[in-house]
Amino acid sequence: MSSLKSKHMLGLDGVTREEISLILKTAEAMKEIFTRKVKKVPTLTGKTVVNLFYEPSTRTRASFELAGKMLSANMMNLSSSSSSVVKGESLIDTGKTLEAMGADIIIMRHSAQGSCKLLSQHVKASIINAGDGNHEHPTQALLDMFTIKEKKGQIEGLTVLIVGDILHSRVARSNIFGLLTMGAKVRVVGPATLIPVEYKKLGVEVFYTLEDALQGADVVNILRIQRERQKKGMFPSIREFHRFYGMNERIIPYLKDDVLILHPGPMNQGVEIDPIIALDDRAVIEEQVTNGVATRMALFYLLAGRGNQNEDLN
Amino acid sequence: MKILIKNGIVVEPIKKLTDKMDILIEENKITRMAEEIEITEDMQVVDASEKHIFPGLVDIHVHLREPGYEHKETIYSGTRAAAKGGFTSICCMPNTDPVADNSSVIRFIQHRAADEGVVKVFPIGAISKKLEGQEISEIGMLAEAGVVALSDDGNTVMNSGVMRRAMEYATPWNLPFISHCEDQNLVDNGMVNEGYASLMTGLPVYPKAAEETIIARDIALAELTGAKLHIAHLTTKGGVELVRQAKAKGLPVTAEVTPHHLALSEEDVLSFDTSYKVNPPLRSKEDVTALIEGLQDGTIDIIATDHAPHAYEEKMVEFIYAPFGIAGIETALPVIYTYLVKDGKLSLLEMVEKMSSKPAEILGLPVSKLSEGENADLIIVDLDRELEVEIKDLVSKGKNNPFIGQRLTGWPVMTMVNGKVVYQRSGFNASN
Repeated sequence: MSSLKSKHMLGLDGVTREEISLILKTAEAMKEIFTRKVKKVPTLTGKTVVNLFYEPSTRTRASFELAGKMLSANMMNLSSSSSSVVKGESLIDTGKTLEAMGADIIIMRHSAQGSCKLLSQHVKASIINAGDGNHEHPTQALLDMFTIKEKKGQIEGLTVLIVGDILHSRVARSNIFGLLTMGAKVRVVGPATLIPVEYKKLGVEVFYTLEDALQGADVVNILRIQRERQKKGMFPSIREFHRFYGMNERIIPYLKDDVLILHPGPMNQGVEIDPIIALDDRAVIEEQVTNGVATRMALFYLLAGRGNQNEDLN
Repeated sequence: MKILIKNGIVVEPIKKLTDKMDILIEENKITRMAEEIEITEDMQVVDASEKHIFPGLVDIHVHLREPGYEHKETIYSGTRAAAKGGFTSICCMPNTDPVADNSSVIRFIQHRAADEGVVKVFPIGAISKKLEGQEISEIGMLAEAGVVALSDDGNTVMNSGVMRRAMEYATPWNLPFISHCEDQNLVDNGMVNEGYASLMTGLPVYPKAAEETIIARDIALAELTGAKLHIAHLTTKGGVELVRQAKAKGLPVTAEVTPHHLALSEEDVLSFDTSYKVNPPLRSKEDVTALIEGLQDGTIDIIATDHAPHAYEEKMVEFIYAPFGIAGIETALPVIYTYLVKDGKLSLLEMVEKMSSKPAEILGLPVSKLSEGENADLIIVDLDRELEVEIKDLVSKGKNNPFIGQRLTGWPVMTMVNGKVVYQRSGFNASN
């Protein structure tokens, strides 16, 4: 396999094992560009890539921007703190405007689930989902899997535990889809109010006790806890969350010697993760950031030209 | 001019009749029904060979949107959509702007329907003022103005005390309460079935328990107050079971189901197509099976469309921002025929009963029957006609119909209200 089936990356639901393997393999080559003196290749010369962010983001947006620039794309950043609905213009109209400007690839982050799919149905550009509401965040899952494969040599057969707010997490959903496709065993743990039990039907093991869930886990991926969830009554207090589901000193005895600790960032230190864990040798949180750029470069490389609609413009 | 409808197969659910019969209409009334009526010169003949004649369909759950939301639908467009769907009588829900919680708005709707409508329109009044669920409406004056039922449809009267008082207060007028069963605390901002749909889309959950808790509550309140209770748009297996139990106890409880909840399921929502965004949400396959069983054993009395039109641009947005609703009145009959009757899940007579005589009976509507001496409210249906649903053919202002693009069988070709043809399919000529 040398190409992806779809010209979009809307989510990992439905993406095959071969396709994920191709992206991860391509990312290896892209990471090599990092070690060069001149970190730039001409793959996307003359292509227009738009970062369309309707939600605040630092690392994801910067990561896509750097990935695009290293591949010589014309990068355009558009941010909007308010959603398209509040602004008055519909998402479809915004997409059409970008299309008219010749956008080849549009990377979008948006608070509404399915918004990337909606956009993909109305513009000719390739759409990359950089997070759509609680639905998916496929590039985060791809970089997580790239990191796992890099450190562990393989994904198949590993036991991967995802900790925290599974219900509201697009990172969890994309990771679960991707990891199951790649043959990993997936576990989730967190407060019962934040775990949709339907995940069991997909073959995910559900735990409510962190100590039990950590037994035999090869990888632990710790999700950010959003403080406003507590206000909505999903759990009683940050303190209680930290007591039962925080990755802190208490759980160190339960970690495997060769465990790999991931966190998509930004971290809430003292809530879902304590400094003692974040600074542990087995945590690779900064390296995930580097790998994020490589993975996104890989995706650009594989999608380049697929969404090109410039020839239709005249 | 007399009209003679010749050679059609008459399906009449009250006498459980399916016979080839000619029907003679003079002025607005059916004057004769017989195996063979001879043509005389003063008759206009409608050839209904190979076609079926049903009593005009009755839909007790329609949103006409007027007054206040005329960009979504009007009495003019909504009644034409109804006529095209084979409906000759419809009941419109009070969630207009201003809300139909007082007699002035009811009279406005009645006058507009008389001036601009082509089918019979029976307004439903609000249970609570402004649908806020706090103070009960002027139920007596609503009854005087001619409302046929009370409902806060779109909302649930969440305060059980208010619901109880409304049911009690309404006793002298004996109006049925149509309950939209949604525990708003359980739903919050939920919009898809909690289960496979929410799992795969990450969209906020609308659990089945939200429907079932209010059904259970309202059954208890109906028992307490003696009010007639009609459960709107049932969607869950548990809800069907609750209604079944209430009926077994002999309580005055009835229930409806929509064509879309019978034909579609939560898996359709995975497309993020906003045509599938509806309240209550599309449920699991297991629920759909239970709904069909409920329809078969009579637990669910009737089919109602919950025709909920929205403007095109309102639905062409992200799923979470789109309004709830399916505008299905034009496709209701072919959907039921295609999905249930053709599969043998429902007989032709049962379908017609659950879409005409039975809904009229539940609300006590002064609706005509298909027999001699009655007003001529009837439809001619081509059960062999298969047609792709196309957006350009929809006359409702609401194009939010998930059946667009599907091939459906069993379409009305002519609709008659009070002896007057209000719809006929192009190519089918009643004046031949």
